[in-house]
Amino acid sequence: MPPRMIAVWCPDWPVTAACADVGTSDEGPVAVLTANRVVACSHEAREFGVRRGLRRREAQARCPELAVLPRNEAAEARLFEPIVLALESIAPGVEVTRPGLAAIGVRGPTRYFGSETAVLHALSRAVGAAPAEEAPAGRPPADPITALIGVADGSFAAEQAARQGIIVPSGESAGFLAELPVSSLDASGDSPLIDLLRRLGLRTLGSFAALPPGEVHARFGPEGAWAHRQAGGRDDRPLAARRPPAELVATLDLEPPVDRIDTVAFSARAMAEQFIADLAGHGLACACLELQAITENGEETVRRWRHAGVLSTVDVVDRIRWQLEGWLRGGSHPPTGGITRLRLVPVETVPLGVHQQALWGGSGADDERAHRALARVQTLLGHGSVLTPMIDGGRDPLRRTRLVPWGDAPVPEHSPEQPWPGHLPAPAPSVLIDPPRPAQVLDATGQAVTVDDRGVVPRPPARFVLGNEARAITSWAGPWPVDGSWWVPDAPSREARFQLVDVQGRAYLVTYTTAGRCWTLTATYD
Amino acid sequence: MLDLALRETLTGLADKGRRYAAPPLPVASALQPLLPEGLRRGSTVHVAGSVSLLLALLGTASAEGAWCALVGLPMVSAEAADEYGIELSRLAIVPAPGPGWATAIGALLDAVDVVATRPPARVVPGDVRRLSARARSHESVLMPFGADWPGADVRLRIREGEWEGIGPDGYSRLRRRRVVVTAEGRGRAAQPRTAQLWLPAAGGGVDTFDTLAAVRGSAPASPGASESLAAVRGAPTVSPGASESTVVALRAG
Repeated sequence: MPPRMIAVWCPDWPVTAACADVGTSDEGPVAVLTANRVVACSHEAREFGVRRGLRRREAQARCPELAVLPRNEAAEARLFEPIVLALESIAPGVEVTRPGLAAIGVRGPTRYFGSETAVLHALSRAVGAAPAEEAPAGRPPADPITALIGVADGSFAAEQAARQGIIVPSGESAGFLAELPVSSLDASGDSPLIDLLRRLGLRTLGSFAALPPGEVHARFGPEGAWAHRQAGGRDDRPLAARRPPAELVATLDLEPPVDRIDTVAFSARAMAEQFIADLAGHGLACACLELQAITENGEETVRRWRHAGVLSTVDVVDRIRWQLEGWLRGGSHPPTGGITRLRLVPVETVPLGVHQQALWGGSGADDERAHRALARVQTLLGHGSVLTPMIDGGRDPLRRTRLVPWGDAPVPEHSPEQPWPGHLPAPAPSVLIDPPRPAQVLDATGQAVTVDDRGVVPRPPARFVLGNEARAITSWAGPWPVDGSWWVPDAPSREARFQLVDVQGRAYLVTYTTAGRCWTLTATYD
Repeated sequence: MLDLALRETLTGLADKGRRYAAPPLPVASALQPLLPEGLRRGSTVHVAGSVSLLLALLGTASAEGAWCALVGLPMVSAEAADEYGIELSRLAIVPAPGPGWATAIGALLDAVDVVATRPPARVVPGDVRRLSARARSHESVLMPFGADWPGADVRLRIREGEWEGIGPDGYSRLRRRRVVVTAEGRGRAAQPRTAQLWLPAAGGGVDTFDTLAAVRGSAPASPGASESLAAVRGAPTVSPGASESTVVALRAG
C-alpha cells in the first residue's frame, strides 16, 4: 500500500501569487495568463464561465470586468516558501509538487504527535501562522492564504483529497479515487492521454483502474501505466523529499576594514578552504562561483567566475585576488573605503568526480591554463574586453558574427543553420567594419553611382573614395538587392550590396542604401 | 678535447630534448612550403599584408587543439575564421587592449598557444624584446601583425593578389584569390621561400595554387576548387544591347 500522506493545496495559487505580487486584491474576477491563454482564474471568474485554456478575448467576453494578470512563477515559488517552511516545522522531507501544492508523509509525525488528528491540528496551526510575505510600503497587506488539507494513501490520492478538503480513511483511497473523473489525472488538462481515455469511453478513474495493468502498459506505454497505478490508488512511488537547503554560502567579515589585497587574500584563504570543504562534504564541487565584496561605504563588486574544471582553494583565492585587483586598482570607479565583507556563493555545482582531467595531462590542463590566463586578462581590462566570436544567424555579414564576453554562454540569437537565403556565399569577408564607414562610389565621369528601383546600375562604378583616398575600380559585381524590414512601418531598409576590386587587388564589400542614396564600406576581403 | 666533445654532445642533446619536448604547431598543407616545420613554439612570426593569411596560419593549429588570441586586430569575421578551420570556442579576441597592451600580451603568452596582435603605433624596444623572450620561455607563438617587429624569426608577407570570378562588367562574384606569399627570416628560415596560394580558395580556406590545373582549365586542384579560371571567364555574358528585363532576370538568378 502506498504511504499515507498529507497534502496541502492552495486553490488558484497562480492567481493568489500574481495578485500579491502586483499588490491588488483577489476579491473580484481575476485570470492569470501565459501566452494569451488562461492558466488559472479566481472563483468569481469561474462563476462567470472563465475556464483554463481560454484565450484572453474569450475570457474577457464572458466576464468584462475580468482583471487579467501575467503569470509570475518566481512570485509563486517565493510566496509559497512560508508554507513549505511551516510544513517543514512539522516534519522534514516536504515534497513540493509545484508552488501551491506540497505533501508530507504522515507516519513520522503521527508517531510524534500521537494521532493523525493531532498532526492535522498542528499543521493547520503552523500553516495559519505562516507569516504572509511582508507587504511593501504603500500596498495593502497580503490577504491570509487559503489552504486546504487532505489526507489519503499515496501522494496522488492525497492531492485529490486536498482538493476536496477531506480525510480518506486508510485503505479506502481506491474507492475514493474511483468516483473521480479521468481529468483529475493531469491538473494542467492538456495531456493527450486524458483525451484518449475519454474517447475510449473511460470517464472515471475507477473504469480506467479496472483495466488489466499488462494491457494498459502495452497500449499506453510507461506513462499510461503510471497513470493507471495512480488511478487505482497504487502509486507507491517513494517520497521525493525536499531537504532543507544546505547553507553553502561562505561569508567573511573583516574588522577593521581592509584595503590591502594581500591582507584580504590572506584572510580569505581559510574561508576558501572551508567553502570548498563544505561543498565536498555534500559531494559537490564548484564550477561557477559568485564573488561579492562590500566596502565600509556600501560599494559592492559582484562577479561570476566560471571554471573549465572545478575550483580548488587556490583557484578561489586567485579569483578573490584578481577581482579585487581589478576593482581597487583599475577601473573607473575605485571604491572609497576598505573592504568589510566577502561572500562566496556557489552558482553552479557538479558532483565530485564528474570533472576529471585527462590522466596524462593532455588538453585538459592546457584548457584550464588558457581559461585562467583569459580570466586574468579580463580582470586587467574589464569583463567586456575579452570576447569570443560566434556565428549567428542573419543575412548581413555584420550580423553573422557576434562577439560575446569570455565566460558567457555563446547562444546565437538566430539559428545559423537555417538557410538564410540572400546571405553572402563563401568565401566570407575577413574583416568587418563596425560601424560601417561612409564611402563614395563614382562612375567614370565623377558622378555618384546610383541603383534604380528595378535594381539596375545605369552607370558602372569606376572609382571608390574612402576618406580622402580614391582608388580606381578594376572589377565589380552587383547589385544584390536586400529588401529588409519592409513589414516595419517607417523603417524599411532597401539596400544593395556590391563587391569591388581596386587596382591594387584589394576587394571590398560595399552597401548602397536606396533611401539616402549613400554608400558605406561594410567589410573587406583583406 | 674529450671535455669539449662531451659538452658539444650534451648541448646537442639538450637542444634535441627541447625540440622534442614541444612539437611545433601544425599548419595547413598549402602553407608547408613556406613553413616546413610548422609554427615552431617559442618563435615570433611576423605577418603583414593580409588578415586572411593570419587566419590561415592559425587554422590548422586551432583545429587540432591550440588556443589562439587576437589582440588589437580589426574585427575579424567569425565566418571567415571558421572557413579557415579555426575552432571559435578556443579563440579569444581582445579588440582594444589600450595602455595595458604589453601586460595583456604577456599574460596571454603564459597560456595561449598563439597570440596574434597588432602592436600599437609606438612600441618600446624593451617591450619587443621582453615579449619575444616571454614567448620563447613559455613555448607559445607570438604573431605580430602589420607594423614591423624587429627580431622576428620568420616574416610572412603577401606580394601580390589577384581575384578570380569577378570581372569589369558587374557579373559573377568574388570566388578565390591567387596570392604570392614570401617567407624570410633568421637561422634555419634564412633562405627566402615563395609560394603561390589560393587565399581564400573557392568556398573559403587556403589551398595550393596548381599552375597546370589553372592553365588547362580542367582537373581541379582539389574538390573545393572545382571552379577554375577558364570556367568562370567562360560564363555567359550579356551584350550591352540585351533588354533590361533579361538583365534583371539574370541578376535575380
